Order: sequence, then structure tokens, then C-alpha cells
Amino acid sequence: MIEIDVNGKKHNVDATEDTPLLWIVREQLGLTGSKFGCGMAQCGACTMHLEGEAVRSCITPLSRAKGKKIVTIEGLDKSLSEPIQKAWIEKDVPQCGYCQSGQVMSAAVLLRENPKPTDEDIDNAMAGNICRCGTYQRIREAIHIAAKSI
Amino acid sequence: MVLMVFVTVFAVNKNHEEVEKNYAFEKQLEEESKQAFLKAYKVFMHPRCVNCHPAGDAPLQGDDSHIHSQNVKRGIDGKGLYALKCSNCHQEKNIPGDNMPPGHDIWQLPPAHMKMVFEGKSPRQLAEHFMDNEFTGFVNWQEDLIHHVEHEPLVLHSWSYGTRPPLSHEEFVESLKEWIEKGAALPD
Repeated sequence: MIEIDVNGKKHNVDATEDTPLLWIVREQLGLTGSKFGCGMAQCGACTMHLEGEAVRSCITPLSRAKGKKIVTIEGLDKSLSEPIQKAWIEKDVPQCGYCQSGQVMSAAVLLRENPKPTDEDIDNAMAGNICRCGTYQRIREAIHIAAKSI
Repeated sequence: MVLMVFVTVFAVNKNHEEVEKNYAFEKQLEEESKQAFLKAYKVFMHPRCVNCHPAGDAPLQGDDSHIHSQNVKRGIDGKGLYALKCSNCHQEKNIPGDNMPPGHDIWQLPPAHMKMVFEGKSPRQLAEHFMDNEFTGFVNWQEDLIHHVEHEPLVLHSWSYGTRPPLSHEEFVESLKEWIEKGAALPD
């Protein structure tokens, strides 16, 4: 059994150390907000926070998460999740929505580290999150809106 | 009198021969030094090395040294930016499987204040850069350069995945040592 801390709760999970964190969070803990996209850190759909950093959980082995703080979209702090959520609704960002939890988790790191990002900062932060519906312009606008209320 | 002139001429000739011999020896050392650097240069220019010493602020990727997917950026400390920090994808070790991110405890580009660009540099330019402590951050460039290529974990890691550099790590280190020991001559 391996102990992990997800959204402030400790869990003992039965898995090998090389199991991807995403598998554990979705299949064993039932937190399905984080999505499986590519399985090779190329699309960003599985993004969650490990010690505050936007890791790609589809390739993050459980061994790396052991004893560290993991935050998923379900547990994102309200100081960030609320302004982002409101801005996302205001701009009607999602289309199919599959990539959006990853987008939000990346945007949260950007806004935490840079509360007033420029377009270039947004591109530099968000280029690892792919949206096949092409909602990039709305994501960018929503991040600017969220930044105003953080 | 005749004897004195003879002795003097003999001594001058002898001295001239010595000078010529020394000159030829020094030229040979210089040539060998240049050749040793050119051998090591092939490693510096190999994708496993040059991909993390790019001319721009995005690392390169693959055996064709294309711009890293997602156009990830160096950042101030060389460890990426915001949600695209290197270690967000690169784990503590290589992940098995084709096209999976390689990994190591430390994974980064040279920092923004010391970019150590290899890409596009000629052998002579690169050799000159290695002697410039502002380029490398070394204190004693000769000792520190050898120590770096011999022990730096990310340098060693270049021989652990993908297409390997054209020399073994031992041959690479030996070539650089030879370059320095024979005078660190600048390639033409």
C-alpha cells in the first residue's frame, strides 16, 4: 500500500510504484475530473498539481507522488477556482469540455505565479494544453478576466 | 681564430636545428590538439547535447533537433515557465516506450543569464567560448570543463537514451583532455 495525499485527504492505495498517478486518482479514488488524453504528456488533459506544479499525471509514476500534496480539479483552492470558473462561464469557454479541467489547472498555476499575465505569458503557460475544439482565444480572454478578480 | 669561427658556426647551426625541431614538435602538438577538439565537437553538436543548448529560448527535440513540442520556454532558471516547467513532464528517470519524455532528477536548460549556446557555433567559436568563463560560469576553465563533461549528471544522461552521441563518454572525455593537454589550440 502506498499513501498519497489528494485534495487534503490521505489515501492508501494498492498499486505498484510505476502506476501512473492519473490511474489511481480516476480508478481508485473516483475523482474523474482529470482526463486521459494522450498518455505521453503531449496534450495536458490529465494536468493536476503536485506540490503546486502542473504535472502531467498520465506519466507521473505513483513513486513520485508518494508523500507529496496532490490537488486535482475537484480540490482546487477557491481563491483560484472561483474567479477562473466565473470567467470560464462568462466567456462560454468550453465546447466539448474534455480538455477543460487540464486548461483550468494550468491557468491556476499561471495566475498564482503571475496575477497579471500578458498574452505572451498566457501562451507560454498554456501551450501544453491542447483543445481540439480550438477554444484558445476564449481561454486567453477568460484568463485575462479571471486575473482582474484575483 | 679559424677554430673559433668553426665552433661558433657549429653552435649556431646546432641551435637552429633545435629551434626547428621544437617548432615542428609544437606544430604537431597544436595539430593534434585541434584534431582532438574536432573529435569532441561532433558530440557537442549531436542532438543529445545541442538540443539543450539551443540558440533560442525553446529547447530542441529529437534527432532532427526540431523545436520542442508545446514550444516550452527556458524561463529565468532554465527550468521552464508556469504550467510548462520541465519537470512537469520529465520525471526522475527515463520513461520506457517510444517518444516518451526522457528524465533525470535535474532536467533543465542553461539559465537565462548564461545560455551556453552550442547551436550554430563553429568548432573555433565553441572552443573560444569554452575558454570564456562568462560563457560557462567556470572559474578554472580547463579543470572545470573536464570535471563538467566527466561528472555532470545531465552530460552522462546523454548516453542513456535515444540515438547515442558518436563517441563513447570515455572517448569524449579523453578527446577533451587531449585538446587541453596539448595546448587547447583553436581549430581553424
